Amino acid sequence: MQHIKRAFEGNSAHELRIIRGSSGKHYAQITNGAPFDVFLSADQGRPRRLVEEGLAEESGLSTYALGQLALWSRKKDLELDRDYLSNTSNYRVIAIANPRLAPYGQAAAELFSSLGVESLVSGRLVMGENIAQAFQFAFSGNADLGLVAYSQTESPNLSGQGSVWLVPSELHQPIKQDMVILIDSAAAFEFSSFMKSAVVRDILLTNGYLLPEATP
Amino acid sequence: MLAQPDIAALLITLKLAATTTLILLLLGTPLAWWLATTRSRVRSAIEAVIALPLVLPPTVLGFYLLLAFSPDGPIGATTAALGLPSMAFSFWGLVLGSAIYSLPFVVQPLQNSFAGLGRVPLEVAATLGARPLDRFISVVLPLSKMGYLTAAVLGFAHTLGEFGVVLMIGGNIPGETQVLSIAIYDHVEALEYSQAHWLAAGLLLSSFLVLLMIYSANRRFHLMKTA
Repeated sequence: MQHIKRAFEGNSAHELRIIRGSSGKHYAQITNGAPFDVFLSADQGRPRRLVEEGLAEESGLSTYALGQLALWSRKKDLELDRDYLSNTSNYRVIAIANPRLAPYGQAAAELFSSLGVESLVSGRLVMGENIAQAFQFAFSGNADLGLVAYSQTESPNLSGQGSVWLVPSELHQPIKQDMVILIDSAAAFEFSSFMKSAVVRDILLTNGYLLPEATP
Repeated sequence: MLAQPDIAALLITLKLAATTTLILLLLGTPLAWWLATTRSRVRSAIEAVIALPLVLPPTVLGFYLLLAFSPDGPIGATTAALGLPSMAFSFWGLVLGSAIYSLPFVVQPLQNSFAGLGRVPLEVAATLGARPLDRFISVVLPLSKMGYLTAAVLGFAHTLGEFGVVLMIGGNIPGETQVLSIAIYDHVEALEYSQAHWLAAGLLLSSFLVLLMIYSANRRFHLMKTA
């Protein structure tokens, strides 16, 4: 997001203020009158619900990125792949984001069911309230493995630490991340179209996201 | 109204608060006694350390506990060396976190209560031939009843409402580390507002009853003293 902020402000008269937080909290704040211009959610459900509730226009809704799921361990030189994950004797604790709350958590649950290991992993699961916390659990080594966002494992701060396996996208539903314009302002529309520009698409690709094929 | 996981969360919360309070009363008694009676110079430093959990944001405290629990952390390395399971994501890890988090709420009322006794009752007991342990059990404890009640209720209530520490070290495991505050938070995040309201109302009501109990007991105690 910081890259996007810098690129946006370099080309615009407007300044971007980023308010970080989980999608569920932001949803609650928006429905209670938070003064946000644009909402970038980690999922599709919440922006859509804002449209259904009349707090945003259908036309202001679009998918800005596709998240990718990755299996990560702090241990170096592990051969992480689907067999490693399926053989649950390889690990004691695996961290995921809460499937009820976070799209990456839901994708993790779908991955377990594609591999047919739901019941095997159920006693080994710990859940973060969001993907950042799931990553913390794995990064601190308290969890042997974490199913996290590929964008996290590719972060420059991590610079090749640990082992990673980019989970093939056919093993779970696509992690579509939607944004929605909340107020009718020039700045909001400018930012929204900027999010579809080549500059942003490049930033997203280098940070471990995939691009939506076309706006839904 | 309350679904099964919510009831499990309620039970875990009560168990956590009760266990933490009991441990803190046991450990807090000698600590508070020492603080109330010592003339040592390190007393102020120890008092400051005990009050620190009031300053540190709970999620920060939880984050450092998480690091300490990790295999290279001081606590994680110790438990591994002793052949014990890791403290992270376990009920006993939560007990440790809660004990640190609620420590000042138990130690401070006990310390005030001990300090308020003065030297006279103990000296009288000593001249009557009571041994130190006997003096503590038959003189100090009965006279400090209010202090213990306050310490127990504050420690219990503070642990009931604990959120940040558990969020960081719990791992949200139903029936093990998923406490009430986390369950409420999850409902809010999942936009299940009515379940969240039910649980929050339950937490508020039970906390109100606990606090009401202590304040009316406190009032009765003072009436008894002045009568």
